[in-house]
Amino acid sequence: MNYPLIWNIAQSLSLARWKQTLVAAVGVMFSITMFIALLGFMNGLNDLLDSLVLNRTPHVRLFNEIKANENQPILLDNRYKKYHNFIRSIKPNGKNAQIANSAAIINTLKKDKRVLGISPKMIAQVFFNVGETDVTGVVNGIDVEAEARLFSFGDYVTAGSYMDLKNIPNSIILGKGLADKMLANIGDVVQITTAKGDRFPLKVVGYFQSGLGEIDKVQSYTSLKTAQKLIGQSNAYVTDIQIKLYDLNMAPTVSKEYAQIFGTDAEDIQTANAQFETGSSLRSLISYAVGITLLIVAGFGIYNILNMLIYEKMDTIAILKATGFAGSDVKKIFITIAISIGILGGCTGLFFGFLLSLLIDNVPFKTAALPTISTYPVNYDLKYYLIGITFSLITTYLAGLFPARKASKIDPVDIIRGK
Amino acid sequence: MLLEAKHINKSFHDPVTVPILKDVSIEIPKGQFTSIVGKSGCGKSTLLYILSTMDTDYEGELWIDGERLTGKTEAELARVRNEKIGFVFQFHYLLNEFSVLQNVMLPGLKLGKISHQELEHRAFEHLRKLGMDSKALKKANQLSGGEKQRVAIARALINDPLIIMGDEPTGNLDKKNTEVVFDIFRQLSEEYKQSLLIVTHDPNFAERTQRIIEMEDGRVI
Ligand SMILES: Nc1ncnc2c1ncn2[C@@H]1O[C@H](COP(=O)(O)OP(=O)(O)O)[C@@H](O)[C@H]1O
Ligand SMILES: [Mg+2]
Repeated sequence: MNYPLIWNIAQSLSLARWKQTLVAAVGVMFSITMFIALLGFMNGLNDLLDSLVLNRTPHVRLFNEIKANENQPILLDNRYKKYHNFIRSIKPNGKNAQIANSAAIINTLKKDKRVLGISPKMIAQVFFNVGETDVTGVVNGIDVEAEARLFSFGDYVTAGSYMDLKNIPNSIILGKGLADKMLANIGDVVQITTAKGDRFPLKVVGYFQSGLGEIDKVQSYTSLKTAQKLIGQSNAYVTDIQIKLYDLNMAPTVSKEYAQIFGTDAEDIQTANAQFETGSSLRSLISYAVGITLLIVAGFGIYNILNMLIYEKMDTIAILKATGFAGSDVKKIFITIAISIGILGGCTGLFFGFLLSLLIDNVPFKTAALPTISTYPVNYDLKYYLIGITFSLITTYLAGLFPARKASKIDPVDIIRGK
Repeated sequence: MLLEAKHINKSFHDPVTVPILKDVSIEIPKGQFTSIVGKSGCGKSTLLYILSTMDTDYEGELWIDGERLTGKTEAELARVRNEKIGFVFQFHYLLNEFSVLQNVMLPGLKLGKISHQELEHRAFEHLRKLGMDSKALKKANQLSGGEKQRVAIARALINDPLIIMGDEPTGNLDKKNTEVVFDIFRQLSEEYKQSLLIVTHDPNFAERTQRIIEMEDGRVI
């Protein structure tokens, strides 16, 4: 069939009622605009919150949990092998938080092709001396470069420079909350008492803000070497080995494997952050639901306008049919009108959706909890634009289908005789 | 034979069944200028809608140009109307969304046999023949009744139909315009040997056609 002709007639009919056609297109435009802006914003938030936790969480973490030995003497006794033995009040044995043979483990990991990077770490409980009182805190001894490269450590150091931790001996970066408590400025020296009672002066070279206030009140970072010195351990003393993989989805398998090979505890990122996924998918679901609802409302608008148009253009339809246009041609004409409204409204909707996203992206959003963020986050993934235009075409097609069918069934004799 | 209707019967069921056409059989040869006359309500329009393939709800058979049209699909019949039948109505004239020229061209565009340019040229020729060429670019609703009917005739002619059918095409026109339209029909019949089948209740009009089919109470007499 002759598509230019169908298009030509569709155009003339909709131009004859251009105001209503425009209103219908604006309806579609509005819903697509909101759809794009909403999804972009929601997913921007998702990405932000994900990165808040996921970027900083190792994919696999090796550590030693202080707990009672699983191989208790009673299990070795043949007489009780077949029983279920309840064991209580057993103290943890000599096993401590240190990962034995850490150097060998790290060497093995470095050869593993699935591993993107490794960052060893040690954690020590300390007291910060503030005049008469002591504030409990935690010192994280880190491999500064690896921590920055793998877990964006630098992003969270809001004042000072994280590299000073490596370059200046006996330096420390304090959580913002902790620093505020001690009124410690950059360049000041703070006193630390270790669990064994030794006192150490450390120079403050920066603050960090993790986004979680409670953490910032107790945590601090030093270089691994400084931390080892603090508690009088050799440079083999490591309590955590943090591993980042190339493929995050491999984490559970890899984690089980390492736990077996190295005889340590191992935790994968999926287990550590199970609740996180739920929040993200719920936000996505809500934005899709709102967007589609808007589109359906716009669809009803198109449906109404086409019905009205068909009612008004009965005579035109009758004459077209009398002069040789088939019912299918008439149907195509009205579907063309509907889809044109969809394309017009959809494309302008995408455009305005993009503009609205840009606008949101530039709205200042300062919060102490999110030091790396200065404006609202927006995700510009092409995916949402494709989904938006697809939905707008489907809705307008469906909205046009029923009126178009009705138009194709109009009996010209009824109309011509009716006068 | 150009058009043959064999034993056409039609009833309306509204709500009781009323027979409207009773065993109507007619034959129209090529090139004839025929009129159908009869009292109002005797079934002339009903018959013409059947002959023009627009109404398919009847008993009997319809043949046009050696082709049996009874039982054909809606799309096939639309094609027949497009190619072989030109239509002139009493009231429903033109599409107001389009210009005069576009109105004339539409059935030709639908047929799609000749190029747009050629078609436009031909539409213009028809309009010139009917004295409407100066109005070609006007919107259809800016014309008077008589002018509209002339454009409708040009539209009916655009695909060189086998037959032109009209349901009281002068019924809504004044005396002067009736004359103009009749003269066009007569000219088409005499100069171009165009077949015409025109329903009218104007005896003055019918008298001057080549053949008169008279109907009474759903029958041809
Ligand atoms: N849709 C319809 N339903 C019922 N009766 C109808 C319908 N259309 C026409 N009629 C009846 O059929 C008869 C013939 O109508 P019509 O063919 O229009 O007559 P004419 O054109 O000769 O004046 C009339 O009595 C009219 O009332
Ligand atoms: Mg009539």
